[in-house]
Amino acid sequence: MRRIGDAPAVKRLLIGAALVLSALFLLLPLVAIFAQAFSQGMAVFWSNVSNYFTLHAIGLTLGVALLTIPICLVFGVALAWLVTRFSFPGRRILQTLIDIPFAVSPVVAGLIYLLLYGRNGWIGSWLDGHDIQLMFAWPGILMVTVFVTCPFVARELIPLMQAQGSREEEAAATLGAKGWITFWRVTLPNIRWALLYGIILTNARAVGEFGAVSVVSGAIRGQTNTLPLHLEQLYQDYNAVGAFACAALLALIALLTLAAKASLEWRASRREALL
Amino acid sequence: MSLALRLTGNTRVLPGFGLSMGISVLFISLVLLLPITGLFGQLSNLSLAQYWAIITEGRIVASYTVTIGAAAVAALINAVFGLLLAWVLVRYEFPGKRLLDALMDLPFALPTAVAGITLATLYAGSGWMGRLLEPLGFQVAYTWVGIALAMAFTSIPFVVRTVQPVLEDLPAEVDEAAMSLGATDGVAFRRVIMPHLWPALVTGTGLAFVRSLGEFGAIIFIAGNMPYETEITALMIFVKLQEYDYAGASAIASVVLFVSLALLLAINVWQGRFVRRLHGGKG
Repeated sequence: MRRIGDAPAVKRLLIGAALVLSALFLLLPLVAIFAQAFSQGMAVFWSNVSNYFTLHAIGLTLGVALLTIPICLVFGVALAWLVTRFSFPGRRILQTLIDIPFAVSPVVAGLIYLLLYGRNGWIGSWLDGHDIQLMFAWPGILMVTVFVTCPFVARELIPLMQAQGSREEEAAATLGAKGWITFWRVTLPNIRWALLYGIILTNARAVGEFGAVSVVSGAIRGQTNTLPLHLEQLYQDYNAVGAFACAALLALIALLTLAAKASLEWRASRREALL
Repeated sequence: MSLALRLTGNTRVLPGFGLSMGISVLFISLVLLLPITGLFGQLSNLSLAQYWAIITEGRIVASYTVTIGAAAVAALINAVFGLLLAWVLVRYEFPGKRLLDALMDLPFALPTAVAGITLATLYAGSGWMGRLLEPLGFQVAYTWVGIALAMAFTSIPFVVRTVQPVLEDLPAEVDEAAMSLGATDGVAFRRVIMPHLWPALVTGTGLAFVRSLGEFGAIIFIAGNMPYETEITALMIFVKLQEYDYAGASAIASVVLFVSLALLLAINVWQGRFVRRLHGGKG
């Protein structure tokens, strides 16, 4: 039986349009990043990547991402467990609240942290009196990064855990398994791929966050400059090749993220086919 | 308590309610809600007249127009382009399909600043695209068209990834019935497919629009940032901050925050309604 849009001409036209537009709109920018980064040869690329300020920015960026992931992981798992395993008043409100970081502009996210924890804020002024500086230092970068990335793990887990239901865990619990044992032996094996994908997304966003971080970082070279901020400085200094060298590193992380997603989805579809 | 009673679900069989509730509420309060109080603290230093004067200043109002206009254009482009991509990815088999599917997530995975400098370089007069377009009279970089382009780039996955699952779940009988009754492709698509798709399409386009309103990193490089012409509202907040005008930055931020939270709520309510409708009264 024929389905809508199955006529060969229509099909060819639509596939062609989708491919051409995607190539121009999505693939071309990706190619351009690497073309620009290597436009003056491997040696220049390498010297751009291996200079002190770039290495420091890479280190800071990875360090912040490494600290962000466990924080978001604990929150994401706790929230997903809470809203999918129990029903209580306010459940829907909690689920709406975790979408706030998706809707709030990154610049506004940075600003609200700056206002609260900066020297003039009510917490910031108290901390300042105790010689603790969070803003324009790495803790501030970590705080806003956690803000913008915290929904990812929860968002991946909630639909899956809702679909799976709590029957297996309830069986374990009624058989006398303790809470943590149930979680490790029953829940975790069921959600590990979604959990992994949540972590990968968290990492991708943490590494690349720009707007929020640029408000609270101060962007001091060799101190509070993350890789995206460093890239911006190089670009504004008319060192486009240097900027694109940093961009290529970040694009590589993005490509790894896409590859990981594709392979996780392939694994999931293969498991579905086996069942 | 008997086993049967415990399994009816009235009692909480599973452990961890207190712990997960504690972590979730503490985290949401500290990370998401507490910082917003800082914004209101700053705003309380302003009189209503001062607040009004800041948010209605000419240059700021011009930035609202640019931001909303470009975001609307980007959302409309994405509604069409996203629908096309979702359709092609679900309905057809062709070489490179898996690659195209993976490519759809690129704008989410790619850091916004990377997208920003790349689009600016591509569409500048000397760039690959700029060299083709400028002789034809299309200037993209440093105009609002460039802003709309950057917004469309960062938000396209919202439409594709919202429409795709709905289209996948649509049973083949739906369009087979329409086709066997002799409808043409166009009529069948409009009358039979679209009624199923448009709630998801509106949700995805709405999310893309909200994302575009707040986008910063991808836009500022290609925008040119000319006062009254190509300045977006997020940039105005940033400029006020660099001038240490915290009150001004907060006032503008409160407008952006209010609009984006109101839109988020509207999308959630809308989505909740149509999900309930699909699942027969239980959301």
